[in-house]
Amino acid sequence: MARWSVPVGFGVLLAACAGAGAQASPQSPTPAADQAPETFSDTLSFMRPQYPSTYQRRPNPPVLIRNANVLTAAGPELRGISVLFQDGRIVGVGPNLQAPAGASVVDGTNKWVTPGIIDTHSHMGVYAAPGTQAESDGNEATNPVTAEVWAEHSYWPQDPQIPLAVAGGVTVAQVLPGSANLVGGRSVTVRLVPGRTAQEVKFPDAPYGVKMACGENPKRVYQNRGPSTRMGNMAGYRAAFINAEQYRQRWDKWLEERKGDPPARDLRNETLAGVLRGEISVQNHCYRADEMAQMLDLAREFGFKIRSFHHGVEAYKIADLLAAAGTAASVWADWGGFKMEAYDEVMENLALLQQAGATTVLHTDSPDGIQRMNQDMAKAYYAGLRAGIALTREDAIKWITANPAWVLGIQDSTGTLEAGKMADLVLWSGDPFSVYSKAEKVWNEGWLVFDRLDPSRQIQTDFNLGHARPGVGR
Amino acid sequence: MKAMRQGDEGTRRLLLSVLVLVSPGMLSAQTIAITGGTVYPVSGPRIERGTVLIQNGRVAAVGANVTIPAGAVRVDATGKWVTPGLIHAGAGVGLNVSGLGGFSERGVQGDVTPSFSPAEGFNPAEPEIAVTRTGGITTGVMAPSGAFMPGRAIAVDLAGDRLEDMVISPGVALIVNLGGQSRNAGGGSRAGTMALIRRLFADAQEYDRRRADYRRDQIQELAAPARELEALLPALRRETPVVINASREMDIRNALRLVGEFRLRAVLAGASEGWKVAAEIAQAGVPVALNPTQDIPSFEGLGARLDNATLLREAGVEVIIAAGDGGGERGLRYQAGNAVRNGMSWDDALRSITLAPATAFGLGDRYGSLEAGKVANVVIWSGDPLDFVGFPEKVYVRGAETSLRTRETELLERYRQLPVVYR
Repeated sequence: MARWSVPVGFGVLLAACAGAGAQASPQSPTPAADQAPETFSDTLSFMRPQYPSTYQRRPNPPVLIRNANVLTAAGPELRGISVLFQDGRIVGVGPNLQAPAGASVVDGTNKWVTPGIIDTHSHMGVYAAPGTQAESDGNEATNPVTAEVWAEHSYWPQDPQIPLAVAGGVTVAQVLPGSANLVGGRSVTVRLVPGRTAQEVKFPDAPYGVKMACGENPKRVYQNRGPSTRMGNMAGYRAAFINAEQYRQRWDKWLEERKGDPPARDLRNETLAGVLRGEISVQNHCYRADEMAQMLDLAREFGFKIRSFHHGVEAYKIADLLAAAGTAASVWADWGGFKMEAYDEVMENLALLQQAGATTVLHTDSPDGIQRMNQDMAKAYYAGLRAGIALTREDAIKWITANPAWVLGIQDSTGTLEAGKMADLVLWSGDPFSVYSKAEKVWNEGWLVFDRLDPSRQIQTDFNLGHARPGVGR
Repeated sequence: MKAMRQGDEGTRRLLLSVLVLVSPGMLSAQTIAITGGTVYPVSGPRIERGTVLIQNGRVAAVGANVTIPAGAVRVDATGKWVTPGLIHAGAGVGLNVSGLGGFSERGVQGDVTPSFSPAEGFNPAEPEIAVTRTGGITTGVMAPSGAFMPGRAIAVDLAGDRLEDMVISPGVALIVNLGGQSRNAGGGSRAGTMALIRRLFADAQEYDRRRADYRRDQIQELAAPARELEALLPALRRETPVVINASREMDIRNALRLVGEFRLRAVLAGASEGWKVAAEIAQAGVPVALNPTQDIPSFEGLGARLDNATLLREAGVEVIIAAGDGGGERGLRYQAGNAVRNGMSWDDALRSITLAPATAFGLGDRYGSLEAGKVANVVIWSGDPLDFVGFPEKVYVRGAETSLRTRETELLERYRQLPVVYR
């Protein structure tokens, strides 16, 4: 029984997996890889590892950043302070840190250090540049419910958009299927490091998310076969989860009794059953306030939580409901008006969410926007201040670091500069709240993945070779 | 065919009647003295504790020692930044309902429609106009959209109730698209598109020389109807510029070929690989309108890079920044800020959204800087206009203060305390 026990809830899953090896796939009924038999001849597919991460941290000497201004995303802004990291982990942030032997020392005078930026909503790798139809791999728009597809199976790690995001200080992103479908498929959380395969960049032990979409997109894509209305959308989610409930029951019964043949494996239901078990987080594209409220009730009907709404242009209208439900809002600073469900955009969306106590996240959904997330943070911060909403810089930095880490379920590993956390961090040329500041150095789990002053420390994808090098500015 | 030819004079009358729209419009009669601020005239060095005097909708004086007439409304701008109103040379505001699909007034069907001006599709009541002003933008240059030769761009001041009170010109530039988007218009190859452009331009010149033959039907078949050829003539006479959209290096070189062959006044637009051709563009004296954050490679521009604007400017090219960000036109100033981030001087960046577009589109005698005699489009900012900390506090269009209240303001007021109580 223990072997097949359902993992604990989403929020603590990562801690539960920590130390169990990087290969564990978190969805049940698949066992952790270290429990898998040596040979697979006597097992079925569901017992074997499912596309496990093969990510390896790159070695890097210890680094001491001296005399910098630091936004840790876990406490007050600190001025003229040091940050030390070693072996991929933050050792400390404080006034009197000594450089260990072999450390590289970086002068942080008049510069800022923040955690690496995390985007909860990207389609890099699945809608890759140069943007041909041949690379359009983000929407399996063949059925309103395609919970069976996994974004990592489309992910192209040579997408030349990736190094541009790294140059903007981004270290981790959730890559999602598109929004054509009610249930679009599984997301994958990736580290923005070079890799030949998706597995090599897949964030170890990060829980899966599942993309769901409300509103205009699914009802437009399926208008001829249905759903063609918002009520049709709701009926579609409910039908899918009713099936998944039965699937989960069959499997749970078989796992407990181990009698007879196991039930037939069904990937669509496997993902949705993972949602019902609290192992797979719901990442829900949903613009309108009234629709988000319907989705919160859908989640109550089936007994799961929505981890984050995405593109919640109207989230400010129900910020209190989101705070009460414990559901985050991933939103833009000032992108709206491009379709009817985005008509009621306000630049104070993030500020109002923060004020109401909701988990506030700035996301991009854009290979352009992801390069300048600090700028969108600043835009939303100053818009809030101007409207008289009480905000701090410490709140705002969390919108692009600690809070998105929570949305991805990796908040115990990264997202803040605290001792023991992974050394995902950015050295900025100046105040990250200014348009003029640039990410100067970016470390991804302690490895210097980007140095603006050293072209040899800038990622070149295969696609870039033989073309003009991507311009990261000077 | 005959009916079309009889339409020749009618077409000219129609164009003239539209041109009547270029009336002075409404200029405010109020006298306003903006005092104490740091004034950035763009046409000259900044002035500490300067005064901008506005009379009859025009800038009457700018300087540190301006005599303020009795009865002037004094606006204290101490600690503020004062600039010309920004000009967005790639705007679409007013030609749509917000950014909603299916509501655009920007283009008509057909590949060769240079006579089209979107002026009468412009909606002065569109709420996005006020939103655009909150970005300090007082003038928009709106190009028609289409695959190849979609029409003429309009220039509009962004405050007023009627088109007549807002439009500066219904035809500030002819738009021509090179590159992948117009391959089909040329039969499937860029080379075909180039040949078509040459034929259209040559036929327009032929038509212009031989109007009498045209009326007698004593002329070979022309590449386009007379009304369309007529619309090419202002550009071929160098009265207006031709905006040539071209991004790939080869497309930019093709554009420069056309500029040389037809002695065009031109503005290159897009130009994501402009940095590769910077010296030649500078040599041709062609300004470039671009998006300074365009860096994602496509087969229309594998060499896109963030310091394109900087490299062009360093080569001596006049750069126009003409891109809103994801939030639309109001983000223009942040795009200029990003140009500074990537190496351009702050003064050049401000110029790229004021005097540079005004000059390129033939409006430089009336717009783009704070100088006596210019139209009084003026913005008072709380801080650096190119950075997030600064916001427009007052925006003057044609000498009158405009409202910065928008739908967003009202939504914010309604929902700032939850749960909302509807009234």
